[in-house]
Amino acid sequence: MSKEKGKDQVSGMHTNSLGRTIPKSLGSFTELKPFDGAVKNTPRIRKDKGNRSLPRLNKLVDTIEQAVLKSGLKDGMTISFHHHFRSGDLIVNMVMDVIARLGIKDLTLASSSLQAVHTPLIKHIKNGVITKIYTSGLRGELAEAISRGLMDNPVLIHSHGGRARAIEMGQIEIDVAFLGVPSSDVYGNANGYTGKSACGSLGYAQVDAQYAEKVILITDNLVEYPNTPFSIHQDQVDHIILVDSVGDPKKISTGATRITKNPRDLLIAQNAFDVIRCSGFLEEGFSFQTGSGGASLAVSRYMREYMIEKKLTASFALGGITSQMVQLHEEGLIKRLLDVQSFDEDAIRSIGQNRYHSEIDASYYANPLNKGCAVNKINIVILSALEVDVNFNVNVITGSDGVIRGASGGHSDTSIGSGLSLIIAPLIRGRTATVVDAVQTVVTPGESVDVVVTDRGIAVNPRRKDVYENLKKCGLPLYTIEELRDKAQRIAGAPEPVQFEEKIVGLVEYRDGTIIDVIRQVK
Amino acid sequence: MGNLRRTMLYVPGSNAGMVKDANIYRSDSIMFDLEDSVSMKEKDTARFLIFNALRTLDYEGTETVVRINGLDTPFGKDDIRAMVRARPDIIRLPKTESPKDVEDVEALVLAEERKNGYEEGTIKLMAAIESPLGVINAYPIACASRRLIGIAIGAEDFVTAMKTKRSPEGTELLFARSRILIAARAAGINALDTVFSDVNDEEGLIRETEHIKQLGFDGKSIISPRQIAPIHRIFSPKEEEVVFAKRVAEAIKRAEAEGSGVISLDGKMVDKPIVERAYRVLDLASASGAYK
Amino acid sequence: MTINSVGMAGTLESSDVLIQVKANSGKGIEIDLESIVEKQYGKQIRKVVQEELEKLGVNNAVITIQDKGALDCTIRARLEAALFRAAGIETYAWEEL
Repeated sequence: MSKEKGKDQVSGMHTNSLGRTIPKSLGSFTELKPFDGAVKNTPRIRKDKGNRSLPRLNKLVDTIEQAVLKSGLKDGMTISFHHHFRSGDLIVNMVMDVIARLGIKDLTLASSSLQAVHTPLIKHIKNGVITKIYTSGLRGELAEAISRGLMDNPVLIHSHGGRARAIEMGQIEIDVAFLGVPSSDVYGNANGYTGKSACGSLGYAQVDAQYAEKVILITDNLVEYPNTPFSIHQDQVDHIILVDSVGDPKKISTGATRITKNPRDLLIAQNAFDVIRCSGFLEEGFSFQTGSGGASLAVSRYMREYMIEKKLTASFALGGITSQMVQLHEEGLIKRLLDVQSFDEDAIRSIGQNRYHSEIDASYYANPLNKGCAVNKINIVILSALEVDVNFNVNVITGSDGVIRGASGGHSDTSIGSGLSLIIAPLIRGRTATVVDAVQTVVTPGESVDVVVTDRGIAVNPRRKDVYENLKKCGLPLYTIEELRDKAQRIAGAPEPVQFEEKIVGLVEYRDGTIIDVIRQVK
Repeated sequence: MGNLRRTMLYVPGSNAGMVKDANIYRSDSIMFDLEDSVSMKEKDTARFLIFNALRTLDYEGTETVVRINGLDTPFGKDDIRAMVRARPDIIRLPKTESPKDVEDVEALVLAEERKNGYEEGTIKLMAAIESPLGVINAYPIACASRRLIGIAIGAEDFVTAMKTKRSPEGTELLFARSRILIAARAAGINALDTVFSDVNDEEGLIRETEHIKQLGFDGKSIISPRQIAPIHRIFSPKEEEVVFAKRVAEAIKRAEAEGSGVISLDGKMVDKPIVERAYRVLDLASASGAYK
Repeated sequence: MTINSVGMAGTLESSDVLIQVKANSGKGIEIDLESIVEKQYGKQIRKVVQEELEKLGVNNAVITIQDKGALDCTIRARLEAALFRAAGIETYAWEEL
């Protein structure tokens, strides 16, 4: 409502292109723009309406180079990629080579994660093309080089939820997102479950598509319009490039992940299942998430047998979806799957087929500052660890030698979100103890970790007296976390502390954006 | 866990990783093997490995057994000298055919115990019977040494010698199993069954274990940790058995408190076999976590 | 104990160690250690090797160690086996080990 009541509503007039008289403003509509023709103010619309001989409207460009030039990418900007192609990814290296050739420098690389296959980034860092990295994980030679001080700026390690939060809040402003997609139409409707490079869910890429200034899709599978159902929407996409291959299908997804026959993994899985069974959390309508490691997958086998015997069903399973979950879903034991990342060919098939196998984006999955993320609704989560310390802090990013070789992933997100978080790991790997005095790097704080399950015993966080009492009643092999540490040390001997340089090569961000730890250069 | 020997897990003596982790699967016993799973040219390294492992690692109360090479091989004597020094709970003799085989080992063990200053009788013995002659001699073998805690049937060599092969029903082993079992029971020691060699056939393992449990065996040798859970499950007493056994135990306590020599339950006298069976049920139940 | 030939024992499997012992007449002890846990256990491994050499009275030898995270007792076992092999000894005084 205007405060100056009674004053003239109208302040001057325009005539629009149809000759109609339009006020320049009217009341609280302080600026009215006159109509100026059907396509004048919509630059992206087809202007060839009615001319059937002109090529159909599309966003295709011939080469990555053209797309980069059209995107306006300049020195100092931020680019992003997703990691749904895992170690089969060809996009990051392909695009970075083009960008380097164009002489663009000083870029921030905000990939949802990076793998061993991204070793060629080392040369782009050395040449000043990339000067800053945000990622969930680092592995292989790139991780090794960064641990040895390759970069001037520290790498920022974030969780999947933390990344979504940073992007939504504008802490990470992506200028150009380069998103490899297994299928797209000419207008940018893309999904992840059709095509030879199918990867299933595009949950991490969806956040980038929604928030990046420019979105460039790269696909090896151009399909008829409209490519429904779509995960990335045509209204988010600027340019599309057709290439021979976006990834190596064999490395994008493995065949159906089989249950391990490794007796140690089975033992850990059995112990983990015993904890779940006795914890009080395994009741009708429960929800859970497991990782993709051997022991973690085997837990679902024990769970399945028990659910059939006791006629239990789970309301949903969350996170990275595997063939084990798909099997339980198709048998009616898990009602719904919420899939941010599909781990194998069964999961990829299922997300395309099953009505209640839903794709979710990283923010829906785990962003701690949106109005409600799925990890908050999870009852039980099973997580891995490189190290756990006597305060239950967990390291999933650096090895016992201090070198980066892992990923933060959804670890801290699900650990705090769940009702019961289990960390499962062998007590000793080779000669390296998992339960230690102090982890090399904290990724997940101990206050969010409930039970540590190893092949040589189980320790409950003293905070969780309820869980402890329930497990004790079942007669499980319970120890204090200090006892587990001592046990490991008796077998392996006390390790020498690893020596570090002063230089900080990595910042580990907690999901809320605070810094939980730093990673120093190894000697 | 009392003297339960439901599962005796074979661990090849040459495999450092498996030797390190041998007890994490909680079989009732671990059997480190210096014999058939170790190639001729690694006999010495395996012996050094088990020697050092037994002297250093804490197997947290799991019974340790070492299967040595026979005295008719170049390795048997040295195996005994090394293993007595390293002090496992039990030395297992392979291919036992006569009481003399046991006596020979016994004499060497005794000499080594004295040399090392260990108490006589520290090391127990177990004898595996793997031939027709051994089966014939089962009872004298079972009585050959006070150190002997059990005799075991080894089926593979036996069936070959019998000109047959193993079958799912185990018909070919019925006589040998029975004879060894009766000999063990007559001598008051354990009777232990042979391995089930297809680790991927859980159904077959269950069938065979049910069979040998029904015959009366105390347990089986196993070749994979994956075989432990199904066997322990079969040897776990049923709930009603546990309830009854508990009541017997209470009746015994009552009788003791009253200074009465006669134990009675539900108006009936409880005699010695019932008491023994009740204690065994409680042992098994406690091992399976069903009773504390 | 005199080392007069080459002796090897162990494997390159996880939790094991491959040790080679060679003669080094009159030139003392040389230890060449390569370990996946060098940073945390390098000193301890050398200490264990020294102890064993002293116990067995070995004064001259080249010891090459490729360690895949073996425990001390495994290192001792492999070293003893390699030393006895390299010394050509086949009967052992177990009570002295």
